[in-house]
Amino acid sequence: MTKGKLKMDKKSMKGWLYLLPAILFLGFFMVYPLIDVFIYSFEEGYNSASQTYYGVGLYNYSYVLHDPYFLQAVKNTFILVAVTVPVSTGLALLISVGLNSIRPLKELYQTIYFLPYVTNTLAVGLVFMILFKRTPYTDGFVNLMLHWFGAGPVDFIDGPYAAKMFVLCLYTVWVVMPFKILIFTGALASVNQDYYNAAKVDGTSRFRIFMRITLPMISPTLFYLIITGFIGAFKAYSDSVALFGTDLNAAGMNTIVGYVYDMLYGNGGGYPSYASAAAIILFAIVLTITCINLLISDKHVYYS
Amino acid sequence: MKVVFEHLTKKFPGRGRKARGEVIAVNDFSFEIPDGKLIGLLGPSGCGKSTTLNLLCGLLKPTSGRIFFGEDDVTELPAEKRGVGMVFQNYALYPHLTVRQNIIFPLQNLKGADRLSKAQMAQKAYEAAKLVQIEELMDRKPSELSGGQQQRVAIARALVKMPRVLLMDEPLSNLDARLRLQTREEIRRIQRETKITTIFVTHDQEEAMSISDMIVVMKDGVIQQIGKPQEVYDDPVNLFVAKFLGTPPINVFDGEIREGWLYIGADAVLPAKGVSDQQVFVGIRPEGFIPKEQGALACRLRGVEVMGRDISVVSAHEACENSAVRSIISAENRIDMEAEKIRFDLKPGKVFVFEKETGKRLCFSAE
Repeated sequence: MTKGKLKMDKKSMKGWLYLLPAILFLGFFMVYPLIDVFIYSFEEGYNSASQTYYGVGLYNYSYVLHDPYFLQAVKNTFILVAVTVPVSTGLALLISVGLNSIRPLKELYQTIYFLPYVTNTLAVGLVFMILFKRTPYTDGFVNLMLHWFGAGPVDFIDGPYAAKMFVLCLYTVWVVMPFKILIFTGALASVNQDYYNAAKVDGTSRFRIFMRITLPMISPTLFYLIITGFIGAFKAYSDSVALFGTDLNAAGMNTIVGYVYDMLYGNGGGYPSYASAAAIILFAIVLTITCINLLISDKHVYYS
Repeated sequence: MKVVFEHLTKKFPGRGRKARGEVIAVNDFSFEIPDGKLIGLLGPSGCGKSTTLNLLCGLLKPTSGRIFFGEDDVTELPAEKRGVGMVFQNYALYPHLTVRQNIIFPLQNLKGADRLSKAQMAQKAYEAAKLVQIEELMDRKPSELSGGQQQRVAIARALVKMPRVLLMDEPLSNLDARLRLQTREEIRRIQRETKITTIFVTHDQEEAMSISDMIVVMKDGVIQQIGKPQEVYDDPVNLFVAKFLGTPPINVFDGEIREGWLYIGADAVLPAKGVSDQQVFVGIRPEGFIPKEQGALACRLRGVEVMGRDISVVSAHEACENSAVRSIISAENRIDMEAEKIRFDLKPGKVFVFEKETGKRLCFSAE
């Protein structure tokens, strides 16, 4: 018996040894900073230069939650999440189903749909500028088209909030969709053709085949993309910067991560305590949403 | 429902860079399957039997020719309008649905006047499940069932709509040996009870022979022979059919017809009248040997396997294509196991002669 136990220990030792590099790395660069941020968020008036603080309490949270810039950032982030996650996931699914059912030029279309994924965010931002930005010389490409239909010029970049939000959502959808299409096409291709044949022989309509067979069979993928989509959208920042520049508070288009960044390094930067509190609030939001997702998925996701 | 094929042909385009023209999977099929029978499509892999099944159920469209169910021309009908039930080789049970949901699935597709109430659907599903004896498993998922049970669910799902024709693709290939015997009896019973014309595909001749009313032997997309299993076995039209049917397989020898006698090596084994002198293949069924001291055919004795009821004698002959000559004889015969040679007389009805070039059967009279 002792021998058996010894053997087990040796085996698990080996396991730990293999895990060691990853544990050390993640510990230093992920776990430790996380705990640190958590601590900072309770230290009032922390000064990173002198490493001093006045006291411990909830003041940082109170400040952040009463800061109109933060509330604006929360509002922006929630709109972004609520619009882009369903739209991008739904569109990606639609396009993948389409891609999966065509034979000629399939690879070409797949490549085209995947291009935005390998394109730099700021380069994409530049393209969007050309499309939407008004300059002294032009109203932008989209306004030109709007003009053909008799609609007046809209300032998408510096104009009304709704217009700016529209551009931001469009941009985000456009950037995140390729990855989802890639994953969906893979999942769709891996569904055994026999299920479709069986359903066809039984006289199942295409819509019903999609709802009753395709969707359940790819539900783990769908669920994975929804969860990572939520997390990704909550962490959005660079998209906003690419469109509206670095002074996002002034543009009213800041996101929560943007707010955290501004608190650390922005114009009025140097507030690590507020930044930490905001980061912890974001963490709590993402955690809650993910838990809700997991609870819902238990009922609806089929794992083979 | 009788099923009629008229000059049915399916060609597939050649694939890949080295494509050499098209592949003819099904070549000019014309035959009629009588109503309410169990038919086995039999042939080695790649002979076009699965293609035939897919043409029948409408998953493939024929290149030319027509298919009739009864008097209806179904050639242009899509799969869902043909009224066929199909049992797939891997069963294709929807893994996320329970057995009950799987069986009800085809019923839920019915539209308009055919639409059933929930209670009717449940009733029909129960009847189908009862027919295949799985009514206790209705709330399980397919992954919680054994292979044999999954097979039954697949049959129930194919039967629940009372199809005009039931198709089965290799229905027994995924089962272990014992279950196979049991399931083939099951298929026979279910077919008898429902009286639905059933066509199944198999490469296992024993399977096809044991339960079919009629077998269709195929090779390279061409029908070789159609008939009752025993008839095809007793009267094969060519060397391929003779070799394909029977376990142990038929013994094939190089032989010669000379002056009204059939020679194997130097031995004149049987009188063979009505055939001109020529080189031939001689097929002798294992049960066609009678051990006799003065027998016509001499073989080198290699061994004897006692199987209780029968004895299997393994011997060798230089003119034999097979590595060993296998003969099955009654256990009442006494074989001297020490002897070097064994001599047999042959039963004329168990000896077939085939043309050397074409493999076509040559009929001779041993009188």
